[in-house]
Amino acid sequence: MGMQGFLDIFDIYLLEAVINGILLGGVLALLALGLNLIFGVIDVTWICYAELVMIGMYAMYFIVQVYGLSYFVAAPFTILLVAVLGAALHYLVIAPLLTAPPINQLLATGGVLFVLQSFATVAFGIDFRNLGIRLPVLAFGDMNFSYARLLSFLAALVGMVAVYLFMTRTFTGTAIRAISQDRQIMALMGVDTRRIYLITSALGGALAGLAACLLVLQYDVHPFVGLSFGPITFLICVLGGLGNFIGGFIAAFVFAEIISLGGLFSDLEWGYVLAFAFFIVMMFIRPAGLLARRR
Amino acid sequence: MLELRAVNAGYGTFQALFDVSLDVKAGEAVGVIGPNGAGKTTLMRVISGLIRPSRGSIRMEGIDVVATPSHKIVSLGIAHVPENRRLFPQLTVDDNLKMGAFMKEARGHLAERLEVVFDLFPRLKERRHQMAGTMSGGEQQMCAIGRALMSNPKLLLLDEPSAGLAPVVVQQVFELVKRIRASGLTVLIVEQNVQQVLKVVDRAYLIEAGSIRASGTSAEMLASDTVKEAYLGV
Repeated sequence: MGMQGFLDIFDIYLLEAVINGILLGGVLALLALGLNLIFGVIDVTWICYAELVMIGMYAMYFIVQVYGLSYFVAAPFTILLVAVLGAALHYLVIAPLLTAPPINQLLATGGVLFVLQSFATVAFGIDFRNLGIRLPVLAFGDMNFSYARLLSFLAALVGMVAVYLFMTRTFTGTAIRAISQDRQIMALMGVDTRRIYLITSALGGALAGLAACLLVLQYDVHPFVGLSFGPITFLICVLGGLGNFIGGFIAAFVFAEIISLGGLFSDLEWGYVLAFAFFIVMMFIRPAGLLARRR
Repeated sequence: MLELRAVNAGYGTFQALFDVSLDVKAGEAVGVIGPNGAGKTTLMRVISGLIRPSRGSIRMEGIDVVATPSHKIVSLGIAHVPENRRLFPQLTVDDNLKMGAFMKEARGHLAERLEVVFDLFPRLKERRHQMAGTMSGGEQQMCAIGRALMSNPKLLLLDEPSAGLAPVVVQQVFELVKRIRASGLTVLIVEQNVQQVLKVVDRAYLIEAGSIRASGTSAEMLASDTVKEAYLGV
C-alpha cells in the first residue's frame, strides 16, 4: 500500500469521526439546553438532571418492551411524563428553597439524584435493559453511520428549533427570556413569576424526556446511566457559560468532536479523558465560559 | 380614581411611608415632589404592588389594590414606569413592548397598541429591532413609557422620568408627559425637577421623611413658602 492509499483510508476515518462527532453533538446540545434553561431562568442547577433522563429511558423501556406499544406512541408519553416530573421537582423541591443560599439548592437537587437512583435500583433492579430495537447501519461510500445516531441528531435539532420558536414567538417565551434580566419588575408586566418558573421547569423536563427517547435508542438503561452523560452535560454548560444558550450549543459540538476524534486516534475512553483535560485547561484560560458575557 | 388612606410601608424594619393619604381623580395629572429618600419611589412601588403596605388601604376605582396579587394590579389599569426605566437590556425594543402587553386582556390588542406607541414615539419604530440596552437614555425612557402604555392603562405612574437625562432631553420628556395627558390618561408623576413638573401637573403633594407635608394646586405649590425655600432656590 503506497502513501496515497494510506491517506485515503485515513481521511475516510477522519471524516467519519468528524460526522459522528456532529451527530453526538446534537444530543449533547439538547441535554445542555435543558440544563441551561433552568439555570438561566430560575438561577438553580438541577444536579439530578441526568437522572430525570434515566427515568425517561425507563419509561420508554416499559412502554415499548413491557406494554408492547410502538416507539412513536411511547415517545410523546415519555416527554410528557418527564415534563410533569420537572414541574414537580420545581414545585416540591426548588420553590421552597428559591430564596435559600445556592448551596442548599445544590444539596437538595443532589439529594434528589440519590433518591431517583435508589428508587430505580429498588423498583427496576440493576439489570441493563434495552428497547430491543436494533436500527440498521447506514453505509455511505466507505463510511458507516448508525441510523439511531442520525435519527437522534435530527430529532434533537427539531427539538431545539421548537424551543427557539417558542422562546422568540410567544408571550410566555419572551417572558422566560426577560425574567433573568430583571426579576423584580416582572409583576409590573402582569407576569406571575412562579408560573413562569413552573412552565420553564416543565420545558426543561420535556427536553430531558426528549433526550431520553433518543438516548434509549443507542444505550442500555440502568439506574446509574445518568452518570455516563450527566457530568459531560455539566461540563458543556460550564464551558459555554452557565445559562448561555448559544455558548452551550457551541460547547456541545466542541466536546463531541474532541470525544469522537480522540476516540479515532485511541479508544473512546481516551476521547473522554481528552475532553475533560480540555475542559480543565479552558477553565484556566476562560473561567467564565467560551462566550463570557453574563456577570 | 386612585385613593390612598393612611398607608404605611417600608423595607424590613425600615419604615419609609407614614400614614400617607393621597387622591388622584380621573383625568388629572398629579405630582409628588420632595427630596431624595423622602419615600417618593416607595410610594410608587406600593401603589403598583412591588412592595405591600404594612397598614392602610389603596383603592383603584373602588377595587382593593392591597388584596390584589401584584401581577394582577396592571390589569386594574395601573401601569408603572419604574425609576431608572428598568428595561430588559438584552431584549429588542419590540420584545420590551411585547412584555408590556403580556397580560391576557392586552395580548389580543398587541398590533393596535404598537401603533399607538409608535405614533407617540416614531423613534422607537426605527429602533424596534435594536437591543434596548444599546439605546440612548432618552430613547430608553421613551421605550419604558411605551412599554407601560402597551397595557392600555387608565393611570400611568411615572417615577423620575427626567433622572439622568441631558437637559434638552428632559424638556422632550416633559413635552411627552403633556401629550400623554392630553390623550386623556391620568398621570401620577414623581419628580425631583420641581420647577418643570409643576408646569405639567394640576396638583402636587410635597412629601418629606415619608409623610405628606403639603398639597395644593400647582399655582399654590409654586407660591408656597416651604416649596419655594426648599426646592425652588428662591
